[in-house]
Amino acid sequence: MSAINLIMIALKALQRNKLRAFLTMLGIIIGVAAVIAMVAIGQGSKESIQTQLSSMGSNMITILPSSNVAGGVRIGGESFQSLTIADVLAIQKNAEYVSAVSPVASTKGQAIYGALNWPTSLQGVAPSYFDIRKLTVNDGISFSDADVATAAKVCVLGQTVIKNLFPSGESPVGKVIRLGSIPLQVIGTLAPKGQSSFGQDQDDIILTPYTTVQKRILATIYFQSIYASAVSEGASDQATNEIIDILRTTHRLRPADENNFQVRTMEELIKTLSSTTSLLTILLTAIAGISLVIGGIGIMNIMYVSVTERTREIGLRMSIGARGIDILLQFLVEAIIISVTGGLIGVVLGITSAKVITLTLGWPTLVSESSIILSFVVCAFTGVFFGYYPAQAASRLDPIEALRYE
Amino acid sequence: MSSNKILELQQIKREFVMGTETVRALKGVSFDVFAGEFVTIMGSSGSGKTTLLNILGCLDKPTSGSYLLDGVNVSGLSRNELARLRNHKIGFVFQAYNLLPRTSALENVELPLFYNPELSVQERRDRALGALQAVKLADREDHTPSQLSGGQQQRVAIARALVNQPVMILADEATGNLDTRTSYEIMALMQDLNQEGKTIVFVTHEPDIAAFSSRTVMLRDGKVVKDSKNENVRSAKEALAALPPAEDY
Repeated sequence: MSAINLIMIALKALQRNKLRAFLTMLGIIIGVAAVIAMVAIGQGSKESIQTQLSSMGSNMITILPSSNVAGGVRIGGESFQSLTIADVLAIQKNAEYVSAVSPVASTKGQAIYGALNWPTSLQGVAPSYFDIRKLTVNDGISFSDADVATAAKVCVLGQTVIKNLFPSGESPVGKVIRLGSIPLQVIGTLAPKGQSSFGQDQDDIILTPYTTVQKRILATIYFQSIYASAVSEGASDQATNEIIDILRTTHRLRPADENNFQVRTMEELIKTLSSTTSLLTILLTAIAGISLVIGGIGIMNIMYVSVTERTREIGLRMSIGARGIDILLQFLVEAIIISVTGGLIGVVLGITSAKVITLTLGWPTLVSESSIILSFVVCAFTGVFFGYYPAQAASRLDPIEALRYE
Repeated sequence: MSSNKILELQQIKREFVMGTETVRALKGVSFDVFAGEFVTIMGSSGSGKTTLLNILGCLDKPTSGSYLLDGVNVSGLSRNELARLRNHKIGFVFQAYNLLPRTSALENVELPLFYNPELSVQERRDRALGALQAVKLADREDHTPSQLSGGQQQRVAIARALVNQPVMILADEATGNLDTRTSYEIMALMQDLNQEGKTIVFVTHEPDIAAFSSRTVMLRDGKVVKDSKNENVRSAKEALAALPPAEDY
């Protein structure tokens, strides 16, 4: 029997039982759609976390003061002051794998312009900080090394601060705002960065030269943190080790002493977060995969019922010349048509529901080609696997008994 | 003469093993059927006529004895070769019609042709239409079985049996589900087909029906007890005309 005849016979048989064929298909449709939508959600959140992190600078290294023991008393990390400009300069000079380094001296304060005021964080940084954090100046200019050397009273504003101090939409560049009693001239504005994945508003910020914060506001020689950039993403580990060595030297630590600072790379953070989202994706996919298997069992179930119900039809087909293999192929092709059609509809439905989820719930989704191909292959395989046994049962019927089956 | 022997049965025996007992359904049946004959095989239940029908229809093989269908010895054939033989040489007509539900008359008639790979779609359709015309149902080609009367359904089934141009039509109690008038109509159709040269083997237990055939083979307890030519074949058309007109309620 030719393939076209076979497909026509199977299609006509399915046509005779449209509702049942559709209900059988439904299991597969839901299974495939669920796999695609779930994987899309998992991949989407993974992707969005990764882009957010790399927008913060994926080769970024953070150096923080760490807890230490002083005279037998443990001193907490945040309050401990160990990072100075000497560290920054030593890293700048000696580290081969570090392309940029910037100290951060930060404080909180009330920014005032005219009758308006806004509580925000003031960060004193070096010009290289803009590169390390991938910040861009929208309007105006950034401050220079000369501004750092003179502890110039200049600043660059984030968008949230601008929104609150200059609500009328006038350009803040050239205006003078006050932070407490210190007047700061606005020389530039930052491009918006949005929320970080931890829910921080990255635009609620004022940047000034670190010397301005250290000398004019805090009157300190210490920094809260140092930011550095590895030459490449892959060089983060080497850069980290270098920084540890350099800081141990500048801090004059003996070999037995523990570090009084800690070095963190973005890569670690990305790995941790990715592994969490990967686990989530696997979990979602597993649940969806189970529903696909259940869909397959549905096919098997219906095909068995169908073989029993159509025993006389099978007997008739055999009596008018169908061979066992013809009957087997007919039922197999029916199962495959159900699963492949269901799979196609499921793919469309899965992509659509991923889009709908993004539109209505605002969750990021990413429909990956591999999930489409995988679920489609799995469901075609399901059709063959779960369709084979009922088809074989049909082909082995004795035509005499099948014809007289009531 | 032997060239137009359609069926040649010699000492056909068929035994079934039921647990420890052996049931001998056929105990040596021999007869020939020639081309153009209209044979009825009669017998009460238990006479072995169903077993014989299965063997004649190549659905079953005899335990011993030889059966030649159109010169082909059936005993040595495999399941697949038997299926091919059924497709090419035999047209089945069943008591319960066995039409596919929710399928048009035309598609039902086309069904055997699907298992005949040499035919194109157009040839298939043409031949199915031709067969429907032969049973005078060409105007009902789109009707599904549920839209047809019992007699019409059986005529579709006969068209299906004719469509592959078999050497023999094998009918199994083909009038068993029909009232007298419709039975006569079917028998009239069978007689017409026989007139056109079709060989018909008709299994029945009704003597009334056997009167329309040209020869009767009587089975009892697995043996042929009578094999006689019917000298005065009754015309189904005349019998139909003789019936009282259909009563109106």
